[in-house]
Amino acid sequence: MVKHSGFAENIKLAFRGISTHKMRSFLTMLGIIIGIASIIAIVSTIRGTNEQIKQNLIGAGTNSVTVKIKQNEWDYEFDWMGIPEGFYPVSEETMRQIRELPGVRSAARFVSRNNSGSVSCGAVTLDNCGIIGVENDYFVAAGLQAVKGRLFGEHDAANFSKVAVLDRSAAKSIFSGKEPIGETIEISGEAFLVVGVVDTRNSFSPVIETMQDYYTYMGNKAARVYIPIVDWPILFQFDEPESVIVRARDTDSMTEVGRATAELLNGALGIGEAKDAQGGDQDIRYKADDLLEQAKQIQDLSRSTNSMLIWIAGISLLVGGIGVMNIMLVSVTERTREIGLKKALGARKNRILSQFLTEAAVLTSIGGILGVAVGIALSYVIQFVAQVPVSISVPAILISVVFSTVVGIVFGLLPSIQASKLDPIEALRYE
Amino acid sequence: MIIDIRNLYKNYLNGEMEVPVLNDVSLCVDEGEFVSIMGPSGSGKSTLMNIIGCLDRPTSGTYLFNGNDVSSMSDDELSDLRNKGVGFVFQQFNLLPRETAVQNVALPLVYADVAPAERERRAREALDRVGLSDRADFLPTQLSGGQKQRVAVARAIVNDPSILLADEPTGALDSKSGEQLMDLFCDLNRQGMTVVMITHERGVARYARRVLMMNDGILTETDDLGEGGIK
Repeated sequence: MVKHSGFAENIKLAFRGISTHKMRSFLTMLGIIIGIASIIAIVSTIRGTNEQIKQNLIGAGTNSVTVKIKQNEWDYEFDWMGIPEGFYPVSEETMRQIRELPGVRSAARFVSRNNSGSVSCGAVTLDNCGIIGVENDYFVAAGLQAVKGRLFGEHDAANFSKVAVLDRSAAKSIFSGKEPIGETIEISGEAFLVVGVVDTRNSFSPVIETMQDYYTYMGNKAARVYIPIVDWPILFQFDEPESVIVRARDTDSMTEVGRATAELLNGALGIGEAKDAQGGDQDIRYKADDLLEQAKQIQDLSRSTNSMLIWIAGISLLVGGIGVMNIMLVSVTERTREIGLKKALGARKNRILSQFLTEAAVLTSIGGILGVAVGIALSYVIQFVAQVPVSISVPAILISVVFSTVVGIVFGLLPSIQASKLDPIEALRYE
Repeated sequence: MIIDIRNLYKNYLNGEMEVPVLNDVSLCVDEGEFVSIMGPSGSGKSTLMNIIGCLDRPTSGTYLFNGNDVSSMSDDELSDLRNKGVGFVFQQFNLLPRETAVQNVALPLVYADVAPAERERRAREALDRVGLSDRADFLPTQLSGGQKQRVAVARAIVNDPSILLADEPTGALDSKSGEQLMDLFCDLNRQGMTVVMITHERGVARYARRVLMMNDGILTETDDLGEGGIK
């Protein structure tokens, strides 16, 4: 008649069987619960870390790409080496070409130093900070906006005004909550008037433009001080070739925009692909910080270290599965008479098989669901105790529950086959 | 003819030895009969019962159930035959202890894939036929031995089988409950149910209209039940 009524019946029987031996069922489930909970916790931690890496590196959706002069893979050090041969400031014409590249929303030149030159205000000194000389468009290109005061205007550049804009971190470090606007700070002995404080549009994440920034941020929230690019020679040197920040239309086009910009900059200097052949230490050229690619590499690293943990959690699932098999064998023996009776009353082999298989699968599925709950709780405990970001993965939850069901079916198979093969006469006589 | 057994042999393997249990047994049971099979323990009557009930297969010989050759049936076909063709009553009742009377009675209907509401209706109807409709929602532990066995009878007849097979149905009952049970069997038989019953008690056997004797695997018809004859 109704084909599915057998399944509903099996589910009902499974729940009855499990609730008859609550303690035993719970202990059997424990292996599955622990296994699934560890997997959920590990996956959530991996995901949380990866999302944080991606968010931080890509700058919370600003899609800004920095193109800098690099010696091989490293940022070129102006302080040590001076201006490299054949490099000149980036021309207006080159900037126009960059702005016209497909996928570019805005672009600006800037020069920067990390951890060089001290910034102070009265007794407070900020050693570990980046000083950045920027064009007015820089803030737009970097996805920064003023949260206090103002940004740089045309008159600042025209008058060589000694003004500075701080990021939140610098403002906090120097002024610790006091109003910074209108105060004067000293940068390498030169006085600058603080006119504004900037932050990313998404105020939770810092703007991180390089891997160095990323590590600096992770160790010690990088403070940044922005000054008009025209003031740069006061602090450092004249005619320093600028870096360029380009804002791409979307995250996916960042890599391509960065590559095209670097090509234009190198082309303007007559550094073609031909120079590739020379290689070696003298390979100095514009290169984009491909953050997307770097983010992926860091993510792969965290993923591979954690995949080992997943294997270990998998072993606890295996042990849990064996526990299920063991208890199902006991259960079949205990219910020998019941099985014999059911067979005498006309239960087919498959019916008995599916009854026990369903019981095993329901048992481990409940274990799986409890495991997911424990795993989520565990993830938040890890987040709280270890201060690691955590992100719960819905696919991981679904896969875990399905997987625990599969564990039940696999390890329930042997006991269920044994039950279905019982001879009804022997089984009915069993005491 | 419901049961048509011809020249049936059944041997059991005991180590290397083949032990004959049934020796050239032939038995025909017509619709509406009430047959009891008597014999001492070890005579092979339970083995015959298991073969009639399709729980066991003969070593040789033919067995037609309602005209169908049982020996050629698959395991699943035998299961279906037990489900729809045969109703079992056991000495030890064999009720599921955690299920109520009505749930126990409905069990064969589960394997006949009857919808839950229909199962419930028919199970209560069967309980009514054995006079236990007021005990339908009791657990077996809340019932007396006689009541338990009547629940078992209700379970046996719930799927309208061709034959009711009872193996020492009064064996675990006191004499009064046993008599009531036998009255129930007679009632069912009068309503048209074919009954085959195993017993070693003469007093019980004489409720049947036809009595067979089993001795060392050989089945013989008898009308000699000692004092009193057939009731």
